[in-house]
Amino acid sequence: MIPTLGHFALALALAIAAAQAVIGLFGPMLRDRILLRAAPALAIAQFLMLGAAFAALVWAGVVSDFTVRNVAEFSSSTTPLFYRITGTWGNHDGSMLLWCLILSLCGATVGVFGTNIPSSLRSRVLGVLGLVSGGFLLFTLTVSDPFRRIWPPPLHGAGVNPILQDPGLAVHPPILYTGYVGFSIAFAFAVAALIEGRVDAAWGRWVRPWTLVSWVFLTAGICFGSLWSYYTLGWGGFWFWDPVENVALLPWLTGTALIHSAIVVEKREALKTWSVLLAIATFSLSLCGTFLVRSGLLNSVHAFAASPNQGLFILVLLALTIGGSLLLFAFRAPGLAATGVFAPVSREGALILNNIFLCVIAAVVFTGTMYPPFVDLLFGLQLSVGAPFYDQAVLPLTAPLILAMAVGPMLPWKRGAIGPALAKIWYGAVLALIVFAFVLFRGHAIAALGLAGAAWVIVGALVDLAERVRLFRVPPGQSFARLFTLPRAQVGAALGHLGFGVTVLGIAGMTLRVHTVTVLHPGQSVDLGGYRWTLDRISPAQGPNYQARRATITVTRHGRLVMTMRPERRFFTAQKVKTVAAAIRTNGVRNMFATFAGEDNSGGGEFRFNVHPFAPEIWLGGLIMALGGAISLSDRRFRVGAPVRSKLRKPAGSATV
Amino acid sequence: MDTPRVSRRLMLGIPLAAVAAGGIGFYALLERMRSGAYNPQEFNNPLVGHEVPDFTLPGVDGNQGFDRAALIARKRPVLVNFFASWCIPCVGEAPYLRAIAKSGLDIWGIAYQDKPGPLALYLAKYGNPYRRIASDLSGRVAINWGVYGVPESFLIAPGGMVRWHIAGPLVPEIIESQLKPALRRLS
Repeated sequence: MIPTLGHFALALALAIAAAQAVIGLFGPMLRDRILLRAAPALAIAQFLMLGAAFAALVWAGVVSDFTVRNVAEFSSSTTPLFYRITGTWGNHDGSMLLWCLILSLCGATVGVFGTNIPSSLRSRVLGVLGLVSGGFLLFTLTVSDPFRRIWPPPLHGAGVNPILQDPGLAVHPPILYTGYVGFSIAFAFAVAALIEGRVDAAWGRWVRPWTLVSWVFLTAGICFGSLWSYYTLGWGGFWFWDPVENVALLPWLTGTALIHSAIVVEKREALKTWSVLLAIATFSLSLCGTFLVRSGLLNSVHAFAASPNQGLFILVLLALTIGGSLLLFAFRAPGLAATGVFAPVSREGALILNNIFLCVIAAVVFTGTMYPPFVDLLFGLQLSVGAPFYDQAVLPLTAPLILAMAVGPMLPWKRGAIGPALAKIWYGAVLALIVFAFVLFRGHAIAALGLAGAAWVIVGALVDLAERVRLFRVPPGQSFARLFTLPRAQVGAALGHLGFGVTVLGIAGMTLRVHTVTVLHPGQSVDLGGYRWTLDRISPAQGPNYQARRATITVTRHGRLVMTMRPERRFFTAQKVKTVAAAIRTNGVRNMFATFAGEDNSGGGEFRFNVHPFAPEIWLGGLIMALGGAISLSDRRFRVGAPVRSKLRKPAGSATV
Repeated sequence: MDTPRVSRRLMLGIPLAAVAAGGIGFYALLERMRSGAYNPQEFNNPLVGHEVPDFTLPGVDGNQGFDRAALIARKRPVLVNFFASWCIPCVGEAPYLRAIAKSGLDIWGIAYQDKPGPLALYLAKYGNPYRRIASDLSGRVAINWGVYGVPESFLIAPGGMVRWHIAGPLVPEIIESQLKPALRRLS
């Protein structure tokens, strides 16, 4: 019963989305007040319907309704409740529904909070969202129906893929999808602006917070995904340049470019055509990311099994969405003229530099990802593009980005000079040089470059903040007070840059990692990274739906106990699948990593031990970046509908921005 | 319209053109996936398109063994199937192998690292679709064939050329979408 209601709600959502598209897009042409008001209401209704459909699917999972194929195949009566819930989106059809739910949530958010947007623009934005949503709902309903029934139902379900049975991964798709799908709002704004033929400073101000929200989620999502592969797969790597990772990185790169270029649109009314193109490109890349991998076109460990028929449907949808918007762009963009003029050395210039490098990196990653299938298509050659290509191609592009990143925020708008900006961060340069020389002296050239770059960016971000609060120029108390009266967008931006520097620190630290693979019998030990790792025993252990072999390893340093680690090998009885649960310990600036790879007949175990200096900083940096975005989002300019706050206390000598 | 404006128009059309080209490419890829000519998930065996490597394997459990010469001498296609009694996916593909054998394509099995006792039990329990079964007890022949794991099957054309290969069980989807088209191409 409940799944049938869910199915019905899904169908209703499709009808509402169609209405939202037609009324949203054509309402403004008729200049009908009632039609203009209809779009937000329809967007909210669509979200409620999809919410009901999604709740029905979750309900079927919770009560283990095995007449629903989705539940029978990806859940089982022994699956813990948490994974019965999260299992609903751990498969192709369910994740499609989640995808549509988030898309409708985006529309509903615009409907509820977008009250400061002119009603015709808002109506068109919602119309575009309804059109996209309708297409994907049609796909879900016809060829990827999560409510498909089977009869007779199996007694026990097949169970969740054990590798997905992990709290980190369970919450990862919703966060990542919110990031991906959130860019649909920026896309809809771009298309609506093209329809209206007008992009101005106000457009930049409206589009930026929405972009920032999805950027925050995407940053956090990529961060989670990387962390998950780091600790679950037990390989000790954090980024594999796997197609799935690449397609998540692509919209992140162009999205990052967009949040920077939208500033220029907002402040200076320049880069308008470019920002519109970026908005279209970012969502297009998100779509490609979600669907090209699913269609099975790209070879990846993450691919869902999907038939080529679904792939064709998706391709047509992508062609209509992306092709349609770019067609509109080709016709309307020539009419968008830039008004703001600026010198090459200026804040705008620095932001353009940022955009160029981010987009070139995106182009490189895109090429690397798409190269194998296309070379196969055109020349019949089979090849794979691996980490060495990306490392060699992306590193040289990141270097100038890092160099410019610290200087950019120091430059004034319109026209600036490099000299005074550099003078502000000379100690960053000195620190970077010291770090470089120190690490190079110890024989690690790549690490030296990376750590120096990290030091440069981090100092740059801190100096930026210090300058803004006039640290050491006014009494410390006053500086501290200024920190809270600063526009939050500035604090957020500085934090974003700081986070990036911290991530660079982590990645550079990872190049200094040491590891060993060894067979140990109980009582034996091995030395690695200044630690002594001793195997105490291997014993059986019991999990909720798996059996495990657990190794107990004591780690000592100079004879003193540092920690005890318990890596496991798990055997999931229902699916007959083995997984490896690595033991990871961190102290904030380095990770210790023990993987239990196998057992031999003589009672010995094969182990992989890793010491990763600065590894936690990779994800800490990501979180700081996301936090920076969130703080920037709370800036007063973006708090829609918030009353203008009276100046609390005007700090002495206030002259910022 | 003056020239700079025209060139600006052309420039802003570039994204559309690029996406159109990409879309056509993806469509071609999808079509090739459907016809079985392209499989991104596949670890392609280097043997495909080459003659079978040199080997001689004894028969097992009363079945006739075979060697490279026997494969080359054949006048009709044959499916060489690496399997083992200890392999769970092999049990899964067993009914489909029987169906393939019934449809007229000969299957020659190579029992990978398997002992005669368990093998006889396996064949008794899950049926014997094989015309010949050779025993690769050491697994050395499997290495020479580049076998990734069991089950793994190779379609050998008359004359001993490897024409198609699948790592993993032969399930109806793959039989329909890949094996049958490959067979059609042979005849």
